[in-house]
Amino acid sequence: MTAISIKDMWLFRGDHPVLEDINLEVAEGDFMGLIGPNGGGKTTLLKALLGMIKPDKGSVEIFDLNPVAARKFIGYVPQKNTFDQSFPVTARDVVLMGRYSRAGLFKRYGQKDKEEAEKALRSVGMEVYAGREIGSLSGGEQQRVFVARSLVSNPKLLLLDEPATGIDAAQQTEFYNLLSRLNKSRGITIVMVSHDLTAVSKYVSKLACLNQRLYYHGTAELTKEDVEKAYGCPVDVIAHGTPHRVLREHD
Amino acid sequence: MDWSIISFLEYDFMRAALAAGIAASTLCAVVGIYVILNRIVFISDGIAHAAFGGIGLGYFLGSDPLTFGVASALVTALGIGIITSRSKVSEDTAIGVFLSTGMALGVILMSLSRGYAKDLFSYLFGNILAVTWFDVGTILVLTTAVLVLVILLYKEFLLLSFDPVYGEAVGLPVRSLRLLLLSMVAFSVVVLIKIVGIIMVIALLTIPCAICRQHFRGLPGIMVGSAVLGTVFVTIGLIISYFFDIPSGATIIITASATFFVSTFISR
Repeated sequence: MTAISIKDMWLFRGDHPVLEDINLEVAEGDFMGLIGPNGGGKTTLLKALLGMIKPDKGSVEIFDLNPVAARKFIGYVPQKNTFDQSFPVTARDVVLMGRYSRAGLFKRYGQKDKEEAEKALRSVGMEVYAGREIGSLSGGEQQRVFVARSLVSNPKLLLLDEPATGIDAAQQTEFYNLLSRLNKSRGITIVMVSHDLTAVSKYVSKLACLNQRLYYHGTAELTKEDVEKAYGCPVDVIAHGTPHRVLREHD
Repeated sequence: MDWSIISFLEYDFMRAALAAGIAASTLCAVVGIYVILNRIVFISDGIAHAAFGGIGLGYFLGSDPLTFGVASALVTALGIGIITSRSKVSEDTAIGVFLSTGMALGVILMSLSRGYAKDLFSYLFGNILAVTWFDVGTILVLTTAVLVLVILLYKEFLLLSFDPVYGEAVGLPVRSLRLLLLSMVAFSVVVLIKIVGIIMVIALLTIPCAICRQHFRGLPGIMVGSAVLGTVFVTIGLIISYFFDIPSGATIIITASATFFVSTFISR
C-alpha cells in the first residue's frame, strides 16, 4: 500500500514557489530520509503532508485519504521547538497531548488514553521518567518523550522534523536505533527530515533531497549531480557502501 | 482610631472591596498563568491600556464606563490578532499602536467631560474602595464563566500553551482558542482596572502566578496557589492602605512585588 502519494504539487508563498512540481511515492514500511539546504522547503513539505498547508496545485494523499482525514494515522514530531524549559508539565502530560485528536474537544483524557500513554513511554524506554517535568530531562530524553507523544495515537506514518537536533552524539545513535526498531518491528512508515546525511544514510531505506524541487529515485542513493543541484554548490559525495559524507567546499 | 486589624471590616465599602479582591484574585490566578505560559504579557498590558479608550467613551456619553471598557478591550484583543495575521505589521508593533491610541482617545474623551482629574486618577491607579456590591456580582459572574471555560477546555489550553505547532498538526483549533484566551484576558483586565488601575493591572495578573511557578508543579497547583496568594496580597494591601491612608492599588502591588523579589531570591 502507498503511504504517501504526492502528484504535481506546487506551493507558493506570495509569487515565489516554495515547492515546485513535487512528485513523491512512499510505500508502506519505508524509512525515508529527506535532506536539503535550509529554506529548501523541507518543513513546508511536512506541513503539506499533515494538511496544515494546502498545496496551490497538485494533490497529496496519505493512505489514499486527504491529509486532514488521514491525521489519525500520522504521528508528528515537530522541529525542536524552543519551548519554555520550566513549563509545568510532566513527561506523561506531554505524551497525553498526542491523544488529543482521539479524545476530542471538551472531553477529558480517559483511562484508555492514560494506558496508551504509559505504553508509548515504555516503547521509547522512558517509563521511569513519566512523572518528571519535561524541562528536567536531557535533550535526548525530551526527544524520546516527543516520539512517544507521536506514537501514542498508534500511527502508521511517522513524520519527524530534524529530530536529532540538540541531542549529543552518544544519544543520537541510540535515538536512530529506536526509530529503526519502530520501522522494522512495528512496520511504521517513517519520513525523517535531517541535516545530517552521515547519520541518515546509515539508517534509512530511501533518500530524497529537497530544494524547491525534489530529487529522488526511489532508492537510498542520490547522484552527485542531484545533490549539487539541490545545494547549489559543489558537494563532495562519497559513493554508497563506504562511509557517507557530504562536504560543502568553501568558495 | 481603632488599631485592631478587624476594625476596617466594620465599613461596608471595605467588605465589598475585600470580596471584590478575593473574586478578582481567583480570576487572575486562572487567566494569569496562561498569560505567562503563552508569553502574552505585553498583549495583556496593551489590552488594559487600550480599554481606557472605551472607558473614556462611556464616561463621555454618561454611560457605564466599564461596559465600554470591556468592549474596547475585546476590540483590541481581536484587532491585534487580526492585524498581525493579515498584514506585515508585527505583533508588538500592533500592540504599541493600540496601546497608545486607546490611552490618547481616553484622555481626549475624558477631558471633554466634567470631573476629569479625579476620575482619571482612579482609572489609572484604581480605587478598590469605590467598588460596589453590584461590581462584586459582575466580577463573580465573570470569574465563574472563566472557570467553567478553563475546566471544559483544560487540555486544549494546555496544548495551546505548550506546543501550538503540534496542536495545529493534530487538529487543535489554535486560532479560535487564542482569540478566546485573549477575550478572557480582556474581561479580566477590565475587572482589575477597578481594583488596581490600568497601569498596575499587569502586575496583579502575573505576579501571583510567577511566584507560584517557582514553588509548585503542575497547573492546577499553580492556579490554586495564585488565587490564595492574590487574596493575601489584596488583603494586606487593603489593610496597609486603610491604616496609613495610601492609595490601595499601590499598596496591593507593592505587597505583591516585594513577595515576588523575596521568593525569587529564595528559590534561586
